[in-house]
Amino acid sequence: MTAIHPHGPTRVPLRPLARILHARATGENPDRIEADNIAQRREQMRDTLRRKSARRLTLVAALSVAGFLLIGQRMWAIANEPLAEPTGPATVVAASGRADILDRNGTVLAMNMPTQSLFADPLAMTDPEGAADDLVRIFPDLDRDALLRLFASDSHFEWVRPHLSAEQRQAVHDTGQTGLGFGTREMRFYPNGPVAAHLLGGTRVDLKSADAAEIFGTAGVELEFHNWLSDPANAGRPLVTTLDLRLQAIVEEVLEGGVALTGSIGAAAVLMHAPTGEVLALASLPDYDPNDRPVPVRDPKLAGTDPTFNRAVQGVYELGSTFKIFTVAQALDLNLVEPDTMINTRGPMTVAGARISDFHDYGPALTVSNVIVKSSNVGTARIAGLIGPERQKAFLESLGLLSQSPLEMPEARTARPSAPSWGPVESATISYGHGISTTPLHLAAAYAAIANGGHRVTPTLIAGQRHEPGPQVLRPEVAAAATEMLRQVVDHGTARNAGVPGYNIGGKTGTAEKPGVGGYDEDANIATFASIFPTEAPEYVLVVSMDEGSLFVNGATERTAGWVAAPVAGEILRRIAPLLGLRPSIAGADASGVDRP
Amino acid sequence: MTEMVYGTVVPQPNEAILPRWWRTVDKPTIVAILLLFAIGLLLGFAASPPLAERTGKDPFFYVERQALYGCVAFTLMFVLSMQPPETARRFALTLLALALLGLLALPVVGTNLGKGAVRWLALPGMTLQPVEFVKPGMLVFSAWLIAASYDPKGPPGKLASFAVTLLVVGLLALQPDFGQASLVLAGWLVLFYLSGASIVPLVLVLGLAAAGGVLAYGMSDHFAGRIDGYFAAEVDPRSQIGYATDAIRSGGFFGAGLGEGSVKWTLPDAHTDFIIAVAAEEYGFFAVSVILGLFAFIVARSLLRLRAERDIFIRLAGAGLVLMFGAQAFINMGVAVRLLPTKGMTLPFISNGGSSLVASGIAMGLVLAFTRTRPRGDIEDIFQRRQARR
Repeated sequence: MTAIHPHGPTRVPLRPLARILHARATGENPDRIEADNIAQRREQMRDTLRRKSARRLTLVAALSVAGFLLIGQRMWAIANEPLAEPTGPATVVAASGRADILDRNGTVLAMNMPTQSLFADPLAMTDPEGAADDLVRIFPDLDRDALLRLFASDSHFEWVRPHLSAEQRQAVHDTGQTGLGFGTREMRFYPNGPVAAHLLGGTRVDLKSADAAEIFGTAGVELEFHNWLSDPANAGRPLVTTLDLRLQAIVEEVLEGGVALTGSIGAAAVLMHAPTGEVLALASLPDYDPNDRPVPVRDPKLAGTDPTFNRAVQGVYELGSTFKIFTVAQALDLNLVEPDTMINTRGPMTVAGARISDFHDYGPALTVSNVIVKSSNVGTARIAGLIGPERQKAFLESLGLLSQSPLEMPEARTARPSAPSWGPVESATISYGHGISTTPLHLAAAYAAIANGGHRVTPTLIAGQRHEPGPQVLRPEVAAAATEMLRQVVDHGTARNAGVPGYNIGGKTGTAEKPGVGGYDEDANIATFASIFPTEAPEYVLVVSMDEGSLFVNGATERTAGWVAAPVAGEILRRIAPLLGLRPSIAGADASGVDRP
Repeated sequence: MTEMVYGTVVPQPNEAILPRWWRTVDKPTIVAILLLFAIGLLLGFAASPPLAERTGKDPFFYVERQALYGCVAFTLMFVLSMQPPETARRFALTLLALALLGLLALPVVGTNLGKGAVRWLALPGMTLQPVEFVKPGMLVFSAWLIAASYDPKGPPGKLASFAVTLLVVGLLALQPDFGQASLVLAGWLVLFYLSGASIVPLVLVLGLAAAGGVLAYGMSDHFAGRIDGYFAAEVDPRSQIGYATDAIRSGGFFGAGLGEGSVKWTLPDAHTDFIIAVAAEEYGFFAVSVILGLFAFIVARSLLRLRAERDIFIRLAGAGLVLMFGAQAFINMGVAVRLLPTKGMTLPFISNGGSSLVASGIAMGLVLAFTRTRPRGDIEDIFQRRQARR
């Protein structure tokens, strides 16, 4: 019999009574009929099942083919991907596009430059010796033996050089050596070389892989604002500093000339905008090229010759008589004296057993103004005696001279002014700037408070901030009187060498002997000149400090600030005044506006 | 009564076994399998010398050994494909019994070959993974019981086979070998589905399996590590997957060239689990697509042939075995292209290794035995189609 049931499965009772009865009647075996029934049902079920099963088999077959196609598609996609560097350091995409640093006029101080790195794949090298020879020919500073050791290593990735110029890259390319590869990357570039080196600081490159190098700030603004500079959220927005590159260049140039002329071992200068505390120029000598920043000298004894040492911000010195104006200004502010009050300057004076004397004998008495003009230690100490140590300390504190400077540089936080104790003797010496050490930056900020009419100044390097006047620490008329005294110092006092024809400049010299073996060293001075200009409407403060300078004048070796620092400051002022928009007042200019030749 | 059925091979009196086999066996599939093995040998020339170097053998030691195992595997395959379905079934059941014994003996005499879990039986001269033989055995066994359940007076085969499957799955999960356990379970589910049974219990079991997976993720660090690695956004370039991806990428479309590949030196499993990466690197995407095409061809062709099979057991056993074969290939290559989480699975007939080759030979021998030309059941469909057209 066949298995064909075209009518589909119909349920036939297993034991149809009628058929069985009929079978019995005809003598057939009813079990056979039952078996036949079962067989029929089995056939039916098998066929319905088979059709259902066939559909599912088709579906599964289609799914299987689709699965293999999916793998093929993935393979295609992977094979199509650009070839990445297969081995070597884990590729972490470095934050490229570190922000530029600009001066206040938008001139670039620090920028990024695309460059190329050179790496070796020693396992892919066919001729390590030849490659080493070729590389030494192109880069004479490479060591052939070191290269051979590098090329003998069992790796796929070894750095050779972090930065190549385009010409060097082509030269390496032209050698045709296998196993040498290039990666694109960025490097930090300081187009002005050593100008503003200390302020900018420097960077180091952290080599990650052929195409990724992270630039880290190591000092100065680069370190202080590293997170901001490398934050992709600021990408494209440069960091604008308060620096003026033109002024900075002039200050550095003149300072360098002064160092050469006076044989100083170092020098520092700070130019500050008095109302806001913005630093316009900040120089320290010796300096360095931030494109290739030297390793800082760790030995504190050699700090004086370390080019990375920022004297203006890190250097803590006794700044001498420049402090006298603070004593006099406070006494004026407290109504203890008037500018023409006579002060006993007979020396030597004894305070609690210590003798205080003057450089010259200025006679029995001087007016307060002349104490400043002639720079009398005795006179200043007597005024300090009127003030008393507590009030003196509080006043210097209010000028920011006793605490760490808030300038946005990591170096500024390393320098803390020192004034060990504050008894009557110290009060007397501190009144003329001895026994207290601060940085030139501190001094500039304190002078700025006098210059701006008595408001405390917070020095800053970042442009574009709103500047509220600081707390009043001196009455405006007292600040004006102090400024007038400073003008007289330049006009006919110790700082005549700082005068510039046509400009009214006020300033105070300070000469302090450096601490030497067993006391002070007479021949090693810190000569400082702090100035305010123009005195008719004070706006700028300039502090110049020369380390161990001397000048042979009129048959004598002069080490005082009046000879060593004041002329340098004068020359700086003469050059920068036009750039600051200051108009010289030429005596005798007539109404026609035509100046006398 | 004479079987007069569409598609029946006309019996020829006194015909010898071999000519009858040759007339009825699925010759294109045999060709495809032989091609796969040939490609495997060819890749072995590239992939196994590093291994030989590590173990201090002749460079092509493993290729020669593979050829030797190939002889064994193909002899088994051809002999099995000549058997009638009943004999094939008995063979598979015997194999299952032995493999289960081996599985049980693992804790006593097993070895871990320096890898994560104890899965290998160390026999003199070779190591065997019993689970490789459990899988085809379980498929044939389940197919047999499920088919029997469709007999009007048959046993409750679905339930029985499911119970046994669960036992074996539990045994494998204890090893722990979650990958193979889920494959065995999936095999049963596929058979159940293909038998034409209701979908409802299937969905239930799938839900349970998913719950089991979550449980395993929570309880096994080994398992969790694999899954986490799969879901990690970035490929660690120093992981096996990372190297494999690099190899595929550097192979591009036409390959780096014979012997030019480098992945075989860095990947410990280049000759087995990641042989497709070696193929992709040295011969490129087009060689890989040939391999993919051969696998797809074998699976699809066998499944489509089985559609017309009247015998439920043959249909289920054949489809289950060939799907397991395809799934193994799919998983192996899916891992290399990061479609699936890392699972050590050999590429049938291509990966180097005797145990895998012999198991594949047995599985495909059974498939060939089941897909031989037989009385077909689809004449009725043809009649109905004609009627509908009229």
